[in-house]
Amino acid sequence: MTILQFLLWSLLKVVVVTVVMLVGVAYTVLLERKLVGRIQNRWGPSRVGPFGLLQPLVDGAKSFLKEDIIPTGVYRPLYLLAPIIALGCALISIAVVPFGEPNVGPGGLVKPGELHFFQISDVNIGLLVVLGVTSISVYGIALAGWSSNSKYSLLGALRSSAQMVSYELALGLSLVGVVLRAGSLNLRVIVEQQSVDGMLSWNLFGGMQFVAFFIYLMAAYAETNRSPFDLPEAESELTGGYHTEYSSMKFAMFFMAEYANMITVGCVATLLFLGGWTSPFGDQLPPPQNIFVHALFPIFWFVLKVFSFLFLYVWVRGTLPRFRYDQLMSFGWRWLMPLAILNIVATSLWLAYH
Amino acid sequence: MHVILFAVFAGFCLAGAINLLLQSHPINSALSLIVVMTSLAVLYLMLGAEFLAIAQVIVYAGAIMVLFTFVVMLLNAGREDRTLGSRAALRIGFPAVVAFLAVIATMILHAQGLGQASLNEAITTTEELSAVLFTKLLLPFEVTSVLILIAILGAVALASRSEGQEERTGGK
Repeated sequence: MTILQFLLWSLLKVVVVTVVMLVGVAYTVLLERKLVGRIQNRWGPSRVGPFGLLQPLVDGAKSFLKEDIIPTGVYRPLYLLAPIIALGCALISIAVVPFGEPNVGPGGLVKPGELHFFQISDVNIGLLVVLGVTSISVYGIALAGWSSNSKYSLLGALRSSAQMVSYELALGLSLVGVVLRAGSLNLRVIVEQQSVDGMLSWNLFGGMQFVAFFIYLMAAYAETNRSPFDLPEAESELTGGYHTEYSSMKFAMFFMAEYANMITVGCVATLLFLGGWTSPFGDQLPPPQNIFVHALFPIFWFVLKVFSFLFLYVWVRGTLPRFRYDQLMSFGWRWLMPLAILNIVATSLWLAYH
Repeated sequence: MHVILFAVFAGFCLAGAINLLLQSHPINSALSLIVVMTSLAVLYLMLGAEFLAIAQVIVYAGAIMVLFTFVVMLLNAGREDRTLGSRAALRIGFPAVVAFLAVIATMILHAQGLGQASLNEAITTTEELSAVLFTKLLLPFEVTSVLILIAILGAVALASRSEGQEERTGGK
């Protein structure tokens, strides 16, 4: 494979994944509006298209056509840079996520290490790359709040950066148990280690990592600024939090970043705890002979798992009230972090015993 | 390929560092420092140190610089003024830096047995790194962690003492 071919294939993968991701973001918004509507005993969007299915298109068109207002008091360079950082970081981390069988590439089956279809780049430290990009994405929100030159925005940004820095710790520590079990930071290896007996060898059940999964779930809600930890954009206190002064497409970029982060977090949860693209039945089903079935079934499982995670996200949003700020901080530092450290100790002892 | 990437990111790094000095607004300086840190991470990666590279991004560019920007935002630090002192520092500072760098460069060029680092495909994996860290270098590693622990305890002690004083003055 020449370097030109490699570049072309990579470009193709990037384009396809980005388009799929953006469509996924649009329809996650619809999913949320529909589900929250159901939870609150109303219909949700139902006018545009069958079952309101074309609503995301109309929403997108609307945010393009709205007037783009830049307030006079803002610090322009950073005000314009902030939404780009937010959306950019949200879309970058999907690059290391493997979402399908790794031995399908151009020209049928390929050996491991060669170019394959269902992951943009297979890096040794994939998990750390996701965490690193998350830690950079704080700047999008922090700079948006600061450069807007508004009290609501600044308060929202301060809350958000404090919250993200605190919960990043619990998030990172909760993943150490999984890494210990797999002995690798490569996301593909972590998934393959869980693939032997189907559901029973998932880290969530067979790996006894359900405490870690619970911590990850909580910390992920806080990292993505979602309810019940959505203090940075608490409407009743801060009007809109860090994006109060943003309008039109710049607001939409923050909005898209939030949902893209939700999808990424769901993908990581799927890979680390739910066995990634592997089937929950393991060896019970005979391996498919046809290459198309072989390629498409894993994607089906992966999407199903991510979808159920997003469903849970929306369900929680529709059910739980918002935390108070001191509750949020003491929950993160006094409960989640010690629990995560205990989980690491317990997992290491268990692994040492075996 | 490696040489091109090296040139690009070394360029970014230097541009960020110079911009850091030239900007008069603290938040711009902080952001240029992030650019410097991240391009350093890429340079580490090209030298084969993948774990070091990502640790640089997570710890320095992610955590520490967030605290920097946080402080700038909280204190609402404004533009710095150019005073007579800063102009004098500029006049003396630049020749001093040039002289200092020249001395260091000659030292490095004349030094023997420094070893070599090359830009190539080879990568030191996290397993190899941790094997060395937890066998050969175990004592220094543990001593460093104790040092950091002491620093944390000191910070907590300082913070709690000033809080107690506030309570006392508040009581009056």
